[in-house]
Amino acid sequence: MVTLTIPQIEQKANDIRRDIIRMLAAAGSGHSAGPLGLADIFAALYFNVMNIRPEEPEWSDRDVFFLSNGHCVPVQYATMAEAGYFPVDELTTLRKLGSRLQGHPEREKLPGLENTSGPLGSGLSQAAGYAYSLQYLDENPHRFVYVVMGDGELNEGNIWEAAMFAGKYKLSQLVAFVDRNNIQIDGTTEDVMPLEGLKSKWESFGWHVVEIDGHNVTSIIDATSQARAITNRPTVIIAHTIPGKGVDFMEYNYKWHGMPPNAEQAKEALEDLRTLGGQITHEGAGV
Amino acid sequence: MSYPLNPDVYSDDVKYEPIRAGFGRGLKAAGEANENVVALCADLTESTQMHLFRDAFPKRFIEVGIAEQNLVTVASGLARAGKIPFTSSYAAFSPGRNWEQIRTTATLNNQPVKIVGSHAGVSVGPDGATHQMLEDIALMRVLPNMVVVAPGDSIEAEKATRAIAENGKPSYIRLAREKTPIFSTDESPFVIGRAYTLREGSDVTLLGTGALSYELLITAKLLEEQGISAEVVHVPTIKPLDREAILQSVRKTGRVVSAEEAQIAGGFGGAIAELLSEELPTPLKRIGMLDRFGESGAPAELMDHFGFSGKKMAPQIKSWIEKTAKYHQGF
Repeated sequence: MVTLTIPQIEQKANDIRRDIIRMLAAAGSGHSAGPLGLADIFAALYFNVMNIRPEEPEWSDRDVFFLSNGHCVPVQYATMAEAGYFPVDELTTLRKLGSRLQGHPEREKLPGLENTSGPLGSGLSQAAGYAYSLQYLDENPHRFVYVVMGDGELNEGNIWEAAMFAGKYKLSQLVAFVDRNNIQIDGTTEDVMPLEGLKSKWESFGWHVVEIDGHNVTSIIDATSQARAITNRPTVIIAHTIPGKGVDFMEYNYKWHGMPPNAEQAKEALEDLRTLGGQITHEGAGV
Repeated sequence: MSYPLNPDVYSDDVKYEPIRAGFGRGLKAAGEANENVVALCADLTESTQMHLFRDAFPKRFIEVGIAEQNLVTVASGLARAGKIPFTSSYAAFSPGRNWEQIRTTATLNNQPVKIVGSHAGVSVGPDGATHQMLEDIALMRVLPNMVVVAPGDSIEAEKATRAIAENGKPSYIRLAREKTPIFSTDESPFVIGRAYTLREGSDVTLLGTGALSYELLITAKLLEEQGISAEVVHVPTIKPLDREAILQSVRKTGRVVSAEEAQIAGGFGGAIAELLSEELPTPLKRIGMLDRFGESGAPAELMDHFGFSGKKMAPQIKSWIEKTAKYHQGF
C-alpha cells in the first residue's frame, strides 16, 4: 500500500470531496453532507492507517473496514477509487443500473467492500464479529478491524447490543469511529434523540474513548495509533466533523443530509473545494 | 429405492425424541468435521441444545446474551472472517425479532450465516402464543439466497445440520421443543433440496414438512382403513423446493394436501400453491394455523385442538376428497 504524508493525505481528502460532488451530481440522488464530512477520516484510513493492498482486495493479512452507515458510501467509493481499487472514471456510474457502485454498498458487487449495509445499526456488530474471530479464533493480533458509524445511527438498539458485546469480550483489535456531525434527517441529533454524554456512555460499556477533530488528519492518525496500542478494550474515536465540510453552502445544514447538488450547485461546490476556502494553509495543498 | 422408514413408525411403541436434540448432536458432529464451524447463542444454550457443541468446543462457542439482532450481525462478521456461524434462539425471537438484520447482513450480503429457530409451532405448549412461532417459514422463504429446512425428526435434524454446515449459504433450520416420533432411520437419505416419498398411494398426495410428516403417515393409515389410498411425501427442504418430486407425485394422484405447524398464509402450503398454480393446477387443501395465534395448553392437547394430529387430519382430508374432483391432464 501507498502511505502518504499528512499534507498529501489532506490533498487526497480534497480530491475525494471533489469526486463526491461529481458523482452525486451525476447520480442525481444520494447523500452529500455525511460523505463530505468523512473525507479526512477515509483518506487517513486508506492512505496511512490501514494495512491494505488495493490491487489484492482479499489479501489475507489485510486490515478490514466495515461501513455501518451505508448511505455515506460515496466517500468510501471515492476513496477506494483514489486508492486504486477501481478506476476513478467508474465513480460516475454511482446509483445507475448495472453499476457496481450501488446506492448503498453491496459486498458482492465490488471487490474491497467487506459488508453490505444501509439499514442502520448493524455495522458495529459485523465488525465486532470479525474482530472476535481475529482475537479468539485465529489468534492473530496483527490485523485490525475499523468501522465507521454515523451519530444518528446510535439511536439504533443494535449498536448498543454490539457495544456491550465488544466490551464484554474486550475486542482490542476493533477500532470504531463515530462521525459526530450532530445531524440526522429530521434535524439535529440532540433534538431528534439526544446522545450526550456520549463519551461516558461508551466508557460505561467498557470502551476506550478518544475525542478528536475529525478533520485534523494528524489527530485521526494519532487516535488510531493509540487504539492499536490499547490491548484490553475496544476503542471508539468520537470524531467531531462538520457535515458538508469543504462546501460553504452545505456546511452545518442538515437539509443536505440526503440531497445531491444539482449541476449549478455542483459547480459552486467544486469551486469551493478548488480554492479550499482558505482552510488548508500549507504549501502545495491548493490545486 | 423406497425410503427406509422406522419399522416401529405405526406402532404405539415408536420412539420419541425432540427434533432439537438431533440438531445438538449434528452441530457437534459438524464442529468435529470442520474447525471453521462456530456457534453463537442468545442465552438459550441448553434449550436450543447448543451445550453439546459448547462443551466440546468452548473456544468456538460465543454467548451474546439476550440480543438477537446482535446475534446474527456478529455472525455475519464471523462469516466474513471465514467462519461458519450457527446462531440459535427460539424461532419467535430469531428470526422473529431480527428479520431485517438477517435480510441485509446474511442474505443480501450472501454470507453463510445459519439461523437456528428452536421451539417453532404450537407444540411449544404452555408458554403460549408469544413463544409459539408460526410465521418463520414465510419470513425466511421470501429471502433470496436463503435455504429453509424443517427436519421431520431428530435423526433427520442431525443430518440436516451437518449438510447445512457445508452448504456455503445463509440457511434457516426450524426446530421444535417437544418430543416427536422418529419416522426415519440412520440409513434414510437426506439431501438439501430433496423431498422423499414415505408411503405410496394413488388418490391424494399428502405433503408434510417438519414433524407433521409423521402425522401424515398416521393420517394415511387411517384413510387406508376407509378405502382411500394416500401418498405421503416428506418435504424437509421448503426452499429450494423439490419441484420435480412433488409434481411427479401430484401427476399420479391428482389431489394435494399440504400440512405444516405454521400459519396457513405464506408458508409451506403457500410454496406448494405457487408451484402447482404455475406448473400443474391441481386441487389443493392446505392444513396449517388458520390466520390466528396459538394459546397455552399441553403440547399434545394443542396439536389436537388445532387439527394437526393424524386423527384430526384424516376426517378433514376424507371429506375434502369426497367433494373434490381429481385433476386430469387437459382439464
